[in-house]
Amino acid sequence: MPTQPDPLDTPIFGGDLAQRGLALNAMCFSFNDAGNRAAFLADEEGYCARYRLTPAQRNAVADRDILAMLAAGGNIYYLAKLAGIFGLNVQDVGAMQTGVSVAEFRQMMLDGGRRAA
Amino acid sequence: MSEIIGGLMTSHVPAIGGAIARRDQADPYWKPFFDGFGPVHDWLADAKPDVAIVFYNDHGLNFFLDKMPTFAVGAADVYRNADEGWGLPVFKPFRGDAALSWHIIETLVEREFDVTTCQTMLVDHALAIPFELSWPDAESWPVRIVPIAINTVQHPLPSPKRCLALGRAVGEALASWPGDERIMVVGTGGLSHQLEGKRAGFINPEYDAFCMDSLGPDPDALTRHSAREVVELAGSQGVEILNWIAARGAMGDAVREVSRNYHIPISNTAAATMVFATERVPA
Repeated sequence: MPTQPDPLDTPIFGGDLAQRGLALNAMCFSFNDAGNRAAFLADEEGYCARYRLTPAQRNAVADRDILAMLAAGGNIYYLAKLAGIFGLNVQDVGAMQTGVSVAEFRQMMLDGGRRAA
Repeated sequence: MSEIIGGLMTSHVPAIGGAIARRDQADPYWKPFFDGFGPVHDWLADAKPDVAIVFYNDHGLNFFLDKMPTFAVGAADVYRNADEGWGLPVFKPFRGDAALSWHIIETLVEREFDVTTCQTMLVDHALAIPFELSWPDAESWPVRIVPIAINTVQHPLPSPKRCLALGRAVGEALASWPGDERIMVVGTGGLSHQLEGKRAGFINPEYDAFCMDSLGPDPDALTRHSAREVVELAGSQGVEILNWIAARGAMGDAVREVSRNYHIPISNTAAATMVFATERVPA
């Protein structure tokens, strides 16, 4: 298996990240409930405090910085529920993580996706 | 005696649920994917299954990461979908077959697969979308289900080898079930895709082709990689191929490929659909 120069290239969501991310992922899990989604939108600061997000997690959410959320232990299936609150889908999230526009990301997928280096 | 008739493998990208709700099947973006279901509908009309065993992975609806079973078998008479938080319509409920579930659970534990047993279980889009694709516009599902959730989310994941062995043990359970049902097997998810990180958008058509070519005649070929290697080859979520591998194991030793469809992209995913018919062993 090739070595990975950058852990954010393909994060392996195992014990370390799972433990680090529990609070953030628990908050995202709560967004399965429409009332909770509304409560987050009404008072984001208070909602994040209730779930005891770490400072790194809180900053990442405030900045809408997906890579920082991943580094803080966020799991993409759960982060997708947070992204949904802002009306973002996984293609928007793909663009946000890779520094291209959504149109460019969509076009990359239409052209066959990102291929092995 | 009951009979294992074969089954279906297909991607379960949430956006497919949105396309179905919008009736986008003929839209140029979606048509190449939905066209793969003509042969599925024909096969189902002929095969007339009564029960479906479904291998899938939960995306944070029934399970949260605080308690994450590696293998979980539903043992309920009804399974419901619910709000998953990303705006999908809530899918119709499914009838279960608790007696068959318990027979499978008994057999699996006897074979030393110490599964988690779920007498209540919400099922997410990963289970529902293949049914929406298979029986479009059905008022209620024509089959009862036994859902089997595999952890493809929180590492360490079960190995491809273990998933194939799990599927084969489920197949043994089905072969020893005294009912007279026609039983199909469904594996959902994949193929190559990665949603997170700087490699988001990763697709590997060569590995996907290897999986599709090997799955029918030589599923053991897929067990030469570890789960971590599959993540590297297929992307972080492409590891959902574990569900296909388990489903293939449950279909029996010999299968015939009935249909195959492969299309890039649906959303961020190389989308694929395959039907296999189980070959009858001469008595």
